[in-house]
Amino acid sequence: MTARKSERLLNLLITLLVARSYVGKDRLREIIEPYREAGEDAFEKMFERDKEELRSLGIPLEVGFVDRAFEDEPGYRIGRAAFELPDIDLAPDEAAVVGLAARVWQHAGLAAATSDALVKLKAAGVTVDRTALDVVQPQLVADEPAFEALWDATRTRTPVTFDYRTSAAAETSTRHLQPWGVVSYRGRWYVVGHDSDRDDSRLFRLSRVRGEVRPDGRPGSYDVPEGTDIRSLTQMLAPGSPDRTAVVRVRPGAGHGIRRRATESAGPADAAGWDRLELRYAGTEALADEVLGCGADVVVEEPDEVATAVVSRLEQLAASTGAPR
Amino acid sequence: MSGAREQVARLLALVPYIQARREVSVDQAAAEFGVTPAQILKDLNVLWFCGLPGLGMGDLIEVDMDALEGEGVIRVSNADYLTRPLRLDSSEASALIVALRALRESSGPDVRPIVDRTLGKLESAAGDAAAAAAQVDVRLPQQDSRLAGVRVTLSEALEQHRQVKIDYYVPARDESTDRTVDPFRLVTAEGNDYLEAWCHTAEGQRLFRLDRISAATVLDTPADDHDDVVPRDLAVGLFQPSPEDALVTLLLEPQARWVAEYYPTESVEEVGEGRLRVHLRVADSGWVLRLLLRLGGAAHVESPVGLADDVARTAKEALANYP
Repeated sequence: MTARKSERLLNLLITLLVARSYVGKDRLREIIEPYREAGEDAFEKMFERDKEELRSLGIPLEVGFVDRAFEDEPGYRIGRAAFELPDIDLAPDEAAVVGLAARVWQHAGLAAATSDALVKLKAAGVTVDRTALDVVQPQLVADEPAFEALWDATRTRTPVTFDYRTSAAAETSTRHLQPWGVVSYRGRWYVVGHDSDRDDSRLFRLSRVRGEVRPDGRPGSYDVPEGTDIRSLTQMLAPGSPDRTAVVRVRPGAGHGIRRRATESAGPADAAGWDRLELRYAGTEALADEVLGCGADVVVEEPDEVATAVVSRLEQLAASTGAPR
Repeated sequence: MSGAREQVARLLALVPYIQARREVSVDQAAAEFGVTPAQILKDLNVLWFCGLPGLGMGDLIEVDMDALEGEGVIRVSNADYLTRPLRLDSSEASALIVALRALRESSGPDVRPIVDRTLGKLESAAGDAAAAAAQVDVRLPQQDSRLAGVRVTLSEALEQHRQVKIDYYVPARDESTDRTVDPFRLVTAEGNDYLEAWCHTAEGQRLFRLDRISAATVLDTPADDHDDVVPRDLAVGLFQPSPEDALVTLLLEPQARWVAEYYPTESVEEVGEGRLRVHLRVADSGWVLRLLLRLGGAAHVESPVGLADDVARTAKEALANYP
C-alpha cells in the first residue's frame, strides 16, 4: 500500500513539476493510473488528500487556469524555483561547521529537523566532513515540556494559551499570548510576546508553564510588530552591570569565591590577618547572598546598606530552629 | 498512511543525492538517511514506476539493477527533473540556523568568520523559511578574555593529547584545588562551558566549568588513554544525584521556590500559602549549608535536625564578626 501511494504521489509531483502550464484535473486523471482506475468520487477524495500530502511536505502547489483565455478550468503546477533548493556552494570548512551544528540540539524534535536539513544539503551535493575545528561544542538542551509547542507557535505565529505559575505564587493562572520569540539564556528557555490579558509585552519562563500549551487562534493570525528586537526585550534576563564598589574582609585561606571576584586589595590585612579586598557589584541583595554563602569567613565593611542586609538576615538565621510551627 | 509521506520525502532527497555523486553504495545511503539498507531497496523499487507523464517505458526513472544486485551500488538515470532537493522548510531552516548561531557564540575568533560565511549562505538559500530564525535568540555566557586564554590552552592540550594542570575552584567547599587532568572534550551545557576530563587527583571522570578554572598549563606528559570511559550524557542534566547521598528535607517560603526548579529534587510538595516541601539528595554537606545561609530565613530545615543547628551556629559565628 505504502509503495503504491508513494508512486502515485511522486508521479503527480513529477507531472506538475515538468508541466509548462497549469494541468487540469481531467488531464491528471488521464495520465496517472490509479486516478484513472478509481471511480469519480474515489478519485476526487484521493486527489484532495494527495494535494494535502504534497503541501504538508513543503511542496508549493500553484493553482491557476488551464486556459488563460477562458478562465474556466482550474489547474495545478509546481514552480521549479519555489520547489528546488537554490545552489549552495559551501567550502570544506563551512561544510564542517554545518556538520558540527547537526550535533548542537539535544532535543529530539529539533535534532530531527536539523538532520532533515542536513540531508537536503547533502542531496544538493554538499559533503559534510567534520574536520577538527577548534570549537567548543555547544549543546542546546530544551527539556521543558512546553518547548516544542511554543517553538512551533512562534515559528507559525499562532496565538496560544497556557497555565502559568510565577515563582512566588502557588496558584497557576491562565495566560493568553501571541508569541514573538523564544530565548535561551543560561540554559533556560523563555518566550516573549504580546500578553493579551495584560495588553503589554511579557516574558515567560518555559519551566513554569503547567500542562499543555493550546492554540488560541489560527496560524499567521498576528504579526510581530515591525522592529521588534527580541534581544532588547529580554535584556532584563542579563545581570546588571557591576558599577558599585564594596569593601570586605576575608579570613586567611578561606572565601575563595569572593577572592576570585575581588578587583584589588583595599589595604593591608587587619590585626587578625584578615585580608581587606575591594570588589565590584551590581545589586545589594545579590552581594548579600554571596557574602551569606561564605558563612563566618567574610565580613562586609562597606557600604552600610550591604552590611545591614547581611546582618539582618544572619539574625533571622541565628534565631531559627528548623521548621516554623 | 504517513509511511508514504516519509518515503516520498526521503526519495525527493535520495534521488538528487545519488545523482550529485553519480553512484552511492546502499549502505552509505542507509547511513546518511538513517534507515536500514532494506528500506533503501524498498524506496528504490518505488522509483521503477515513476517518471514523466504518459508512463511509456522509456520515460520511467531507471535504477541500474546490475549494479544494485551485483555490487550493492545505486545508480539512477532518466531523472533529470529531480537533480535538486526540496527547499528547506521553516522548521528545518530555523533549527539549523539557531544551531549555527549557538556555534557562533561559542567559537573563537578563528572559527567565527567561517560560521558567519556559512550562516550567510544558508540564510540566502533558505529564503523566507529562514525568517522564523530571527525570532529565536540564544545567549550563551559572556566570554571574557581570561576565559578565552584558558580555552586556548585547553584546546592545545586536547590537540596534542597532553595532560593539563589546572587551578580549579570548587564553590561547594569554597576551595581552590590544583589538579592534573587528561582532557577529553570541551562542551557547553545549561549555559556554561565545561572541560570533561579524567582527573588524576580525584581518580575519576569529572566536568570542570571553564569559568572556575583560574589557570591552566599544558604539561609535557602525554595524556593517558581512557578508551573505556564513556562521555557523560549531558542531556540528562549535569547534576546526577546518587541514592547514597544524604536526604535533606526543606520547607521553602514563596521567595525560595526557585530552589525546587534550579536543583534536582527527589520530590516536591505544595504545603499551602505558596510554600513548598522539597526533598533533595545532597552529596556535600558544605554545599547545602552554604545554600541555606544564602537563602536567609526563606528556607527551613525539617531534617536532618543537625543541619538546622549547623545553620544557626554558623550564623551566630558570622554575626560575631560585626560590631
